[in-house]
Formats: sequence, C-alpha cells, structure tokens
Amino acid sequence: MDNISATIQVVPLNHYILLCAIIFTIGVIGVLIRRNAIIIFMSIELMLNSVNLLLAAFSAYSGDASGQVFVFFIMALAAAEVAVGLAIIVMVYRNTSSIDINILNRLKW
Amino acid sequence: MIDLVWLIPLFPFIGFLICGLGRNLFPKAVIGTVASLAVIASFAISLGIFFQFDSATPIVIDFFDWIKVGGIDIPFSFQIDQLSILMLLIITGIGSLIHIYSTGYMSHDAGFGKFFSYLNLFVFFMLLLVLGSNYVIMFIGWEGVGLCSYLLIGFWFTNGAFADAAKKAFIMNRIGDLGFLIGVFLIIATFGSVSFAEIFPKAQSMISGDATLTLITILLFIGATGKSAQLPLFTWLPDAMAGPTPVSALIHAATMVTAGIYMIARSNILFTLSPVTMSIIAVIGLATAIIAAIIAITQTDIKKVLAYSTVSQLGYMFLGLGVGAYTGAFFHVLTHAFFKALLFLGAGSVIHAMSDEQDMRKMGGLKRKLPITFFTMLMGTLAISGLPPFAGFFSKDEILAHVYEHNKILWIIGVLGAMLTAFYMFRMMFLTFWGNFRGSEEQKSHLHESPLSMTIPLIVLAVLSVIGGFIGVPEIFGGSHWLAGYLAPVFEGSGTRMSELALSHSTEWTLMIISVGGVVAAIIYAYIKYIKNSHVPVMDSQPRSALAKISYNKFYFDEFYAAIIQKPLDAISGFFFRIIEKSGIDGVVNGLGKGSIEASKGLRLLQTGNVGFYIFAMVIGVVVLLLYSFLKF
Amino acid sequence: MNLLFLLFFPLVGSLACLLNNRAAKQIALVSSLITLASAIVLLCNFTPDASRQFVVDYPWISQFGIHFKAGIDGISMIMVLLTTGLIPLIILSSFNRNFNNSSALYALVLFMQFGLLIVFTALDGFLFYVGWEIALIPIYFICAIWGGADRIRVNMKFFIYTFAGSLFMLLGIIYLHLQTPGNTYDIDAFYSLNLDAASQAWLFWCFFIAFAIKMPIFPFHTWQPDTYTTAPTMGTMLLAGIMLKMGIYGVIRWLIPIVPIGFMEWKQLAIILSIIGIVYASIIAFKQKEIKRLVAYSSIAHVGLIAAGIFAWNAAGVQGAMIQMLNHGINVVGLFFAMDIIINRLNTQDSSLMGGIAKIAPKFAIALLIVILGTVALPLTNGFIGEFLLLNAVYQYQIWFAAIAGLTIIFGAVYMLRMYKHVMQGELNELTSSFKDIKGTEVLVMGIICALIIVIGVYPKPILNISAAAVDTLIAQVNNKLAF
Repeated sequence: MDNISATIQVVPLNHYILLCAIIFTIGVIGVLIRRNAIIIFMSIELMLNSVNLLLAAFSAYSGDASGQVFVFFIMALAAAEVAVGLAIIVMVYRNTSSIDINILNRLKW
Repeated sequence: MIDLVWLIPLFPFIGFLICGLGRNLFPKAVIGTVASLAVIASFAISLGIFFQFDSATPIVIDFFDWIKVGGIDIPFSFQIDQLSILMLLIITGIGSLIHIYSTGYMSHDAGFGKFFSYLNLFVFFMLLLVLGSNYVIMFIGWEGVGLCSYLLIGFWFTNGAFADAAKKAFIMNRIGDLGFLIGVFLIIATFGSVSFAEIFPKAQSMISGDATLTLITILLFIGATGKSAQLPLFTWLPDAMAGPTPVSALIHAATMVTAGIYMIARSNILFTLSPVTMSIIAVIGLATAIIAAIIAITQTDIKKVLAYSTVSQLGYMFLGLGVGAYTGAFFHVLTHAFFKALLFLGAGSVIHAMSDEQDMRKMGGLKRKLPITFFTMLMGTLAISGLPPFAGFFSKDEILAHVYEHNKILWIIGVLGAMLTAFYMFRMMFLTFWGNFRGSEEQKSHLHESPLSMTIPLIVLAVLSVIGGFIGVPEIFGGSHWLAGYLAPVFEGSGTRMSELALSHSTEWTLMIISVGGVVAAIIYAYIKYIKNSHVPVMDSQPRSALAKISYNKFYFDEFYAAIIQKPLDAISGFFFRIIEKSGIDGVVNGLGKGSIEASKGLRLLQTGNVGFYIFAMVIGVVVLLLYSFLKF
Repeated sequence: MNLLFLLFFPLVGSLACLLNNRAAKQIALVSSLITLASAIVLLCNFTPDASRQFVVDYPWISQFGIHFKAGIDGISMIMVLLTTGLIPLIILSSFNRNFNNSSALYALVLFMQFGLLIVFTALDGFLFYVGWEIALIPIYFICAIWGGADRIRVNMKFFIYTFAGSLFMLLGIIYLHLQTPGNTYDIDAFYSLNLDAASQAWLFWCFFIAFAIKMPIFPFHTWQPDTYTTAPTMGTMLLAGIMLKMGIYGVIRWLIPIVPIGFMEWKQLAIILSIIGIVYASIIAFKQKEIKRLVAYSSIAHVGLIAAGIFAWNAAGVQGAMIQMLNHGINVVGLFFAMDIIINRLNTQDSSLMGGIAKIAPKFAIALLIVILGTVALPLTNGFIGEFLLLNAVYQYQIWFAAIAGLTIIFGAVYMLRMYKHVMQGELNELTSSFKDIKGTEVLVMGIICALIIVIGVYPKPILNISAAAVDTLIAQVNNKLAF
C-alpha cells in the first residue's frame, strides 16, 4: 500500500487534477454534442472514471483509504448502470432501428 | 288577584293553541266561543286587578331569568302599575268585543279557526308588551304583535297584493324595531339594566338635555314611528287594511298602533329629560296628523279613510306626548280606542252588508237599511270630530290646550287638522248613509243589518264613545279629571319637571269655542257639499284637479320610497351579484386557478422531449449551482 | 361513558352502513341516535364549570410529541350537542329519498361526524388538524357524487379553496409546535407561549384565513353559494349546519387565545369584514330566485354576525355566538330541508315560478314560517337570543357597527318574507297545484326543528349555562395575557 502511495505521489497532485478535469470535460462535451446513444454512454463512463481517478489520487495523497472505497462503489454502480443503460439502448434500437437520441423526443407534453 | 296576573296573557295563549291546533277538529261555534272566552277571562282578571290595585309604586312580578350573560341580565317579569292596568283593560275589553264581533263577521270564512288563533296570539303578545317590566320583554310583545299583524294582514294571502301589504307592514315595522333595539343597547350601556324599575330612578338624577338620553329617546321614537305609523314610516298602515275588518279595528286602530304611545308614556321620564326629542316628536306628530288628514279627504275606500284617520289621530297623540301632555295623549289613546274600534267595526258591518264592497262611491242611503250601524257610527263620528260632550272632545281638547301653551303656531295647525278630521269623517258618513244607493241591484237585494253578535259590540262601543270622555272631565267643567289623578304615579317623575297647565279659564273657554266652532263649520261645509249638492267623488278614470290628485295618491309616498329605497337596493343587489360577486371576488378566486393553468401551459413547453436539450439544461444547471456556491463562499 | 366511545362510535356505525346496503339509512339513524345518547350521557355527567372534563390523553406519534388528547369543556359541549343532535335529524330528513349506493352515502355522513367530533374535542394541535381534514374528505365525496349539475367543477373549487386555507393553518400549527418548550402540540403549551407581536400577527393570518374560508367570511365566501346550491341537501345541511361551525369554533378555541396580540392588531379589520359580509350577502339575497342560493347567502349574512360578535370579544359576543351556532344549525337545517321538499316536489329552484303553496299545504306553511321567524330573529324564537347578544356585543365595540350589522334585522325580513311570499302565498299555478303537504318523517323532522326553535327561544338558560363558565374563563385568560 505504501509503495503504491509513493508511486502515485511521484506525480504532483496538480497534474492529476488537470488530467481529470480534461477527461471530465471531454465526457461532458461528448454527452452534450453527440447524438449516438452509445457514445453518450461512453462519455458518461469517461466522466465517472475521471472522478474515480481523482478520488484515488486524493486518497493516496491524504493517506485515507476511504476515497478508494468510494471508487469501488462507483465502479460497482457504473457496472449496474451499464447493464441497465445498455438494455435500454438495445430496446430503443429494436423499436426504432436507430440509436440517435433525437428520435427519442416523445417524452414531452 | 295581582298574583294571577300571569293568567292574563296565558288565557289568550291557550286560546291560540286550542284554536290553532283544533281548527279542523272543532266546529266554528266552539272555536269562536273558546277564543272569545279566553279574552273575556283575561278581561275579568284585569278588571279585578284594576279594582284591587292601589299601590303608588309599580309591582314587579318575577318569573325566571330569561337571558343572563356577562353584564346583561334580562329577567322574564311583569310590571303592574296604573298605565299597564289601563292598557290591559283596553286590550282585553275591546279585544273581547272584537272577538265577539268577529264570530259574526268571519262566520262565512273558511279560515275561521286560523283567524281566531291569530287573533288570540295577537292579544297574547299585546299583553306581554304592556305587562313587560323591562324593555326586552316589551320588545317581545313589540315584535310579536308585528308578527300577528303580518299574519292577519296577509290572512287572505292568495291575493298577492294582500301578501305584499303584509310583508310591507312587517318590514317597515322592522325598520323601527332596529331603532328600538339599538336604543335598548344604549340603555344597557348607560344604565346597566333594562328594567324600568332600575332605569327610571337613575334617569331622575340626570340633567335635562343629556346627549345620551337624547340619543336613547330618538332611537326609541324611531321604533315608535314604525309601530305607530308616523312619518316617515306610516305608509304600511293604510295598506294594512287588506286584513279582515275586525283586525283593522283591533290591531290597526285600538291597540297595536298605540304601542308607540304606550312606550313613550312608559318611558316618560327619559323623554321629559330630552327636550330636543320632545320637539321632534311634536313636529312629526303634527305633520303626520295633517298629512294623513289631507290624504283622508279624497279617499274613496271606506277603510282607507278610517286608516288615514287613525294615522292622523295617532299623530295627535304624538303631538300631545311631544308637548308633555302625557295624560292627555294617553286619554286620547283610550277614547280613540273606543270610537275608532267602533268606526271600523261599523265599516265592517257596512262592508258585510254590501257583499264585500268597500268603495263609498258605490254606497249611499244605507241609513234606513242599517239603522243600528248607522246610529252607532254616527256616535263614533261625533266623538272623533271632537264635539262636546262626546269622548273625543275631552281628550283632543286637553292635548290642544297643552299645545297652545307650548306653541301657538302648532295649536293653529292642530285646530286645522281637527277641522279636516270633522270634514272627512262626515264626508264618509254622508257618502255612505245619506243620498241614494249607488251600488248594483244585486248588492241592493242583499242589504241587511248585521246579526246581534256584530251589533252588540257596536252598541257597547257607541255607549263608551259617548260617555268615555267623562273619566277625564277637566276642572273647567267642574270635573276632577279622574284619569289624571289615577295616572299621576306613572307620570310623577315628569310632572315635577313639566309645568302644569296654567291657562286661565277664559283662555281655555276661547280655545274650546274656536276649535268646536271650526269643527262645526267643517261639518256644515261637508253637509253642503255632499248632501245639498249630492257630490260624489269621481271615478278613477276621470281627471282630478292637481291638488286632489296629490291627496288621492297619498302624496306619492309609496312611489317616492320605491324610487329612493326599493329600486336602488334591488339594482345594487343585481350589481353586487353580477359584477362584484361573480366578476370581482369570484373572478379573483377563479383567476388564481386559471392563472396556474395558464402558467403551466407556458412552462410545459420547456419539456421538448429532446434528450440532448435535457442534458444540456442539466449541465447548465450544474454550472449555475457551482458558480453560485463559488460566489457565495 | 367514555369520551372515546362518543368519538369512535360513528366510525363503527360508518363501517356497519357499508356492510349493509339495504338498511343503510336505518343503521345510520340508529348509530347517530346512539351517539346522541352517549353525548347526552356526557352532558348529564358534565358540570358546567370552566374545567375540561372527560379528558383522554394517549401518546400517538410520540417521536413528534403528538398526542391523542381530547376533552370537553362548556364550549366543546355545545358543539358536540350540535353535531350529535343535527346528524340524526339530517339522516331522518333524507328518509323518503332514495340514493344510488346509499350505503356509501350514509357511511360518509357518519365518517364525517367522526371528523367533526374530533375537531370539536381535540386538545392537540395535530389532532385538531387531522380532524379538520377528515371532515373535509367525506363532504367532498358526498357533494361530488350525489350533487346536482356542475358538481365536479364546483366541488373541485370548494375542496381546493378550503384545503389551501387549511394548509396555512398547518403552517401555523407547525410553527407553534417548534416554539413550544418540549416540542408538543398540546393546546395548553400553545396557550402559554409568549410570542412577540410580529409573529403573532402573521400567525393570526395563518389561522384566520383557514377559519375565514370555512365560515365563510367576506370576501372568502365565493365557494359557498355554488357549493350549497349544487350539493345534495344532506350535504348542504352538513356544510351549513355543522361544518361551518368548525371555523367559528376554531376562532374561539385556536385563534384568539393563542395569538391575542395578533388578534388585537387585526380585530377591527376582522369585524369590518364580517359586517360587510352581513350587508353584502343580505343585499345579494334580495334578488335571488334560486331558493337554495338565497338560503346560502342568508347563511353568509348570519355567520357574518356571529363572527362580528366573536371578534368584538366580550362575554355577550362569545356567549351569543355559542348559542347562535346552535340556533343557526337548527334553523339552516330546517330551511334547507324545506327547500329540499319544495325542490323535490316541483323540480325547480326558481321561486318566481311558485306560489300559493300555503293554501294546499298548511302544515308545511306553518313549519316554514316558524323556521323563517327563527331565522329573522323574532323574539321568543331561538334566533332572537343569539342576535340580541351578538348585536349587543358589536354595540359594545362600536355603536355604528351595531347599527350597520343590525340591518340584518331588516334585510333578513325582506329577503325571507319575499321568498315566503313568492313560494307560499299568492295564487296557485299549474306547477304548484299538485303540491302535497308534508307527512310522515317530514312532519317529524319539521316538528322537532320548530319545537327546538321555540323552546330555545323561550327558555335559553340551560344552554347559556353550559358554556357560560368556560366562556368567561377563556375571555379572562386572553385578557390576562393581553395585560402583560
């Protein structure tokens, strides 16, 4: 455990923050501008993982394991989410023969 | 005997129950007898009390606490003194006669039982009114007689106009009653009690012209104007003639309408201490007397003539009260009860004979056919005209003498009114009993003198109208004025503050001669006009002179009230309902509901259904929240 | 006899009604009579002093300090008598009518009685609120299922309006709860709070709006005429006879003693609104041809006078209000029952089409006349006692207010006698000539009502005695609080 912490601490914390911010932003932009549901899904994963990375980094820097525990939780949650989400996308594809989210515009008044 | 006073109102009440509940069970004879006996029994007890009572102070008999809340304590109790005893005698005495008369008059009516139950109920309430030992018990009777008046005016309610007349009477009375009620509140606030026995001694120590007392008395007087048909609330009384004639005689001539005078005489000390109110009463009384007399001159309905005559005579009584002649005013109540009940009953006898015809233009020459009615009514007419030695002379003369002392101009107008009275009364007599019969052949064949049950009361009342005045023969004729002496304890408090009549005998003689002369002149003028020249009032379709028109149409009082009160209120009612209620208040309430629906219509457009838009909105939202929290800290 | 029996027996009766559709009305009548009997047993054991009696107190949701605490003092006693006394009459009045699904109807009526009794005996703010809403739900269904034309829209408005009002009250109750030392809802804890003037002022409005809508006081009344007109007559009787007294009772028990300073601040406005309501509703009633609507407006006018008397806050006013609540309940049930008889036989509400009924239905005519006389406060009828005390109370506050409020004496006679004339007097016409006089249970109900009107009018002392001590103590308590 100590080794890993030490290894992580080789890189300064600012770099982690910067990297995670970049990955998170990529995720956000991906969600916002893409219309393909799978890509949006992947972008969401990207955001989740950027947060995971940051949590791990902070956990190492502050010597507190609970950050990494959270990471596990998030990974488990993401797995569940993927299962449900992909199932929805598959159903959408079966019904509309498309995974373009602009087709899914019936959810309104 | 005094312990039995509770029986006096109880008898008529039992009579009311028996007649009311048994109206379809018992034959007419039983109902008529029960109802009459109930009142006669009360009369007997009243007579007993009259002879036994010799206390200078009122006797109060408590029954139970009626309303007792906070500082308000209203016992249900009776008070007996000279004033209430005399009223008891009038009510039960004349009431008995009229009950007997009604057994004959109403014998053909389907609502016989109903009629007698109402009549008995009326007597019950009227007795409560005069027996009450405080203003609230008086008010029970006060409103109760109004109710009976409503029921009896609207006795033939299938006629819409009669039902309207009844309603009008009730509502106009209620206007006065509100004044009375607020007066009572003011009395409670001022004296902390409603009992006469507590109020009057306290009032003795107050100064004359006290503002509260003035307000109290004005409010009470408003009540009196409603009940006793004075300006401006008198228009209900002529319409009240829609009721059966015995009702007009009992309620609208002899008893109920004099309740206002009784109330003021009862509260004489309060009024004596309020000179402003006294002046108002005198002026209103006189104005009513004159206006009603002028209207009576052109009326063609025999009962309407008598109704306006009643209003006018009540005006005289108020005039008397207004100048402080309490005994005189009450004396007039007494004599008026005799002769006006007589005149109404006589008119009823005429109407009965004429197969329900009331228009004098269709009568004439009845004196041979209805001798008893004619002769008794003549006595009544002489009495009301104020010719000596009939009853009306003494009472009217006493009032006028006090008026002369008080204010000479009022006296001149008062004498003028007396002349008008003589004129219209003899006009009525001449049109009805002299000349040729003007009705239809069918009516002519039915003409008959009334049965004994109707003529005996007429004869009794005629005798009273002739001799009734002798209970108050003034000193000038060598009398001792028994009535003034008898009532002295009641008016004691006021007496010390009111100057005694201090006219010299020669002045009194002059006044008397002038007024009697005026009356005789008026009678002669009526004789010339209606007998010598056989004048008959024109039919409604023919034109009248402007003055006659105003008089015939009762100074347009009804039209005036309709225009300034009834129509505006109805218009406001519609305005409130349609504009303020529906569009205004309910508009706001419904507007709130509609507003939220409209707002939701606008807001739901944000739900485009586009997932990308939702996500974008979410991100924007997150960014805004983050910015907010950054800026905050 | 336990208070719990009184409170919960209607619930038992309600369930029993649901189980038997055919005999539902008989079951309901018997149940309501048993409730009445138990109320009378309580009355016999009741000592008319200022104390609370028959108190029951069980922890209910103890985490939040909520208790099931109920008891009866003189003021509650009158309300309990009103509720338990009127419900059998109301049920009896419907006896010769047939309703679809009558078991549900009578179950709802008894369920409502349960709610009403809770309101009138609750000594816990939360319980009071629960009862308040419990009473609203059944009446909503009664009116919305068995009502007349346009009933859904009208009832939606009624429900949302009164419900919105009571939410303000809930806010107030929760605020008070948080202010109490032990975080309870106990009424005594509420009474002993010493809040500053500013919070009392807004708390006053929280409660006032809820009560003003329920009574209703001008200008919160617009739900009422429509609801009364469209509701089935049983519903109208429940609404006008008992339910609106919840608002008046609330003012006496939950508004003025809790926020006396706030009340003093807004007293004048409250009286003015009440008096405007008297005159305004009376004037509107002048020209109403729909007879039920006319009675509805007359009810607003009479309640306005009760409210004005209470807001004047003196012994005459509150005592007058207590007895007048009872009287108004009796009279308004009588009036609506009479209107129901007329409407049911003639199939119209329009009084201008009627006339002459008194000729062929003398019993009905007399009964209606007595009820009308009670309503217009003729002496020796019950209405007079109440109105005399109430007007006197207003007079003690301000003479001109009494003069204006007193117009109800005149206006009441105008619109009531106008209606009586249109309906009962005049000539018979085609529509009315087949009118049948009242008989059977109708005579019974009308007879009971007329007897009550006269008996209370002649000898009101026993009823005044029930609440006298409680009212005096309550007023003294408020005055003490104001003195500090």
